Amino acid sequence: MNYFQLFDLPAQFELDLTELGSRYLALQKRFHPDNFAAGSERDRLLSVQQTANINDAYHSLKQPLLRAEHLLALRGLKISNEQRSFTDPVFLMQQMELREQLAEVSAQVDTEQAIADIEQQLLKQRKLLLNALHHALAAGTAEQDQVAAELVRKLKFFYKLQQELELIEQQLQD
Amino acid sequence: MAYSNKVIDHYENPRNVGSFAKDDPSVATGMVGAPACGDVMKLQIKVNEQGIIEDAKFKTYGCGSAIASSSLVTEWVKGKTLDEAQQIKNTDIAHELALPPVKIHCSILAEDAIKAAIADYKQKRGS
Repeated sequence: MNYFQLFDLPAQFELDLTELGSRYLALQKRFHPDNFAAGSERDRLLSVQQTANINDAYHSLKQPLLRAEHLLALRGLKISNEQRSFTDPVFLMQQMELREQLAEVSAQVDTEQAIADIEQQLLKQRKLLLNALHHALAAGTAEQDQVAAELVRKLKFFYKLQQELELIEQQLQD
Repeated sequence: MAYSNKVIDHYENPRNVGSFAKDDPSVATGMVGAPACGDVMKLQIKVNEQGIIEDAKFKTYGCGSAIASSSLVTEWVKGKTLDEAQQIKNTDIAHELALPPVKIHCSILAEDAIKAAIADYKQKRGS
């Protein structure tokens, strides 16, 4: 299913989230199962199915990584469930160092500062990667799509690091 | 999800955690990661003149199954030749640790890590 089509939006990475939100609400209203309570069994089932599709589509387009994955899948490059290991040694070494830094946060004198420092680094890296992803996806060539796929993989590691950071922050507060 | 006893054992008492000196010419490193879960695995082997893996160390940031898979592999490769270590299959790891289907990718990661380390060693030796 083409999620962009469902919302009548152009199939591109740039997206107006406010516009997506209002189209989502309008569609939800239109296909709400309550509207079909008096309809046939088939219509009721269809509205439930359609509502589920609209929800899936909205959540996929809202998040940049899922949106990029969906866009790549529409272009014939499916990466969402791949099990292939990632092997870029320079990138992985950087990940390892960031993980080590995270593991040492609680041992720092000023844990708040240590967390803020890492957060800054993560934010900066995510911005760089997202920026590059914008460019790669806008190109629309098979070669640049491969570049985009690699950028999505890298971003996934950074989103995971962000989660880990938030977990540590929470543990320190408790 | 319930972990098997073997996974818990390796997770609670991981074997061979750590690193070797990077500049040691007999040491090779394999780095792999899984984008889906953000796991990162580093596996190092120390190879003697006879081409036998004398020692191995690992460092893994990831779930219990990923840690257990890499811990197990460091035990398995010790005393093996590079060719023998190359034969280690993820299915053997998954079987030994009784990994559930959703954790099979952890054993794939460990297999890829040892293969990457062997490739790094061969590249270092120029063979």
